[in-house]
Amino acid sequence: MRYGREPEVLKDISFELPRGSFHFLTGPSGSGKSTLLKLIFLAEQASRGRIEIFGRDVALMKRAERPAMRRKIGVVFQEFRLLDHLSVFDNAALGPRIAGRKAADYRADVADLLAWVGLGDRMHAMPPALSGGEKQRLAIARAVINRPDILLADEPTGNVDDTMALRILRLFVELNRVGATVLIASHDRDLVARAGVPALKLEDGRLAPHPGFAPEVDA
Amino acid sequence: MSLVFDPDRWWPAPLLPREDGRDWTLMFVVATLSFLASLAAVVALAGSRAAHGWRSEIAGSATVVVSAQGLDTPDAAAARAAEVVSGVKGVAEARALDAAKTAALVGPLVGPAGLPADMPTPRLVSVELDPKAPASGADLDRALKAAGVDAVVDDHSRWTAQIMRAGAAMQATAVGLIGLIVVALGAVIAFATRQGLAARRDVVEALHLAGATDTFIAQLFQARFARSAAQATLVGAALAIVAAAAVKLATSGDDQLTALLPVTWRDLAAPLPFPLLGALVAAVTGRLTAMAVLRERP
Repeated sequence: MRYGREPEVLKDISFELPRGSFHFLTGPSGSGKSTLLKLIFLAEQASRGRIEIFGRDVALMKRAERPAMRRKIGVVFQEFRLLDHLSVFDNAALGPRIAGRKAADYRADVADLLAWVGLGDRMHAMPPALSGGEKQRLAIARAVINRPDILLADEPTGNVDDTMALRILRLFVELNRVGATVLIASHDRDLVARAGVPALKLEDGRLAPHPGFAPEVDA
Repeated sequence: MSLVFDPDRWWPAPLLPREDGRDWTLMFVVATLSFLASLAAVVALAGSRAAHGWRSEIAGSATVVVSAQGLDTPDAAAARAAEVVSGVKGVAEARALDAAKTAALVGPLVGPAGLPADMPTPRLVSVELDPKAPASGADLDRALKAAGVDAVVDDHSRWTAQIMRAGAAMQATAVGLIGLIVVALGAVIAFATRQGLAARRDVVEALHLAGATDTFIAQLFQARFARSAAQATLVGAALAIVAAAAVKLATSGDDQLTALLPVTWRDLAAPLPFPLLGALVAAVTGRLTAMAVLRERP
């Protein structure tokens, strides 16, 4: 994968995430973690190579097929990508709304989820009025509200305290337990260690030769 | 003051920022286009009515120019011609003009001294035609020839054709102008849609990544511009109606101006469909443009 005529950001990467698996994606800044996630959630197209999602080659996927595919993938962006003109509640409700569900069918789910991530008393607030941690929790709520088949998160605990980080991790584990495939890019060594799940390590755009469990990643 | 949020009363907010719909420059341009189109429609209707009015006025009459023959005096020849023409089917009345009236008619052309008394001048017969089934110039000509009257019939057809051509040209110009304004409205909306998509790239991207289809996003812009265009065209049309009504009231005492552009109160209703038309044009253009722009994206 390369951007324009720049050097390749990702190269010679080959891995498979089994359905229902839980992995961390680690590596230093600039190693290509965010780019790899973008390729998986169809925000970028690989300049070469082959990516299959749900058994479909994304390069052969028609443009009209992508939205349905994206709805199966929940993404927590490092920069949140919240819509500043929408309230916390409206931001969290974006997924079901775009999926065409009736408001009455998902209002309660959105309210419950926001309460769960600690934004129960901030539902009416606008994103610019939120702290970094609150924005992050809202981004997580938005990503998981549709119970996605794949959950991708880019540094999801970067702006929250340890307690909230563990709580978020528990949410991811819970989603994984009900069938979601989870891939979390994180610098948080403690979190990776506590999770006790396999980690993929990226170095200079390549996958480290022997990805192992979290403690080995840190070694 | 504490804000209590009740999820049960929540209703989805517009996905595009509200302030985007208040593009005053766009609204001003669309309102101006609507104002011009509305005036063109009113003028077209009034102009058409004026042309038809003039046509029916002059097409309802004919003039026969009679020359005296043999021992006939001009007055006798004219009286005979009037009698012959009166008997033609489709003629309501035929009246021979005497020498004094004929002289009065040519007076402006020959000056205050008038024509020399011994100069042979043709006499005129004024013919009023039956408005329901008027006789043609050829009918009158045939009847006069059959009666041996030396006369030339002028049924004013040359003038009516010119008036109708002028009226049709006026209508075609107005329709063309309205068509041009519709195209201009489409171009303005297309430009605004491109601008809107560029300005709200973050929103578009967030919606795309959340699984929104191109159609879903295009519909947002379509609805936004249709609503703005409807509001702006309504303002433009309303101002045009007020302006036309003011002109009508101001010229109501002037017969010449009223004859030139006989605007009726009903004509002022012509711009009423324009807000709907504006919304339709904006919706179609906004959607097509948004879809085209979105498809250019990866």
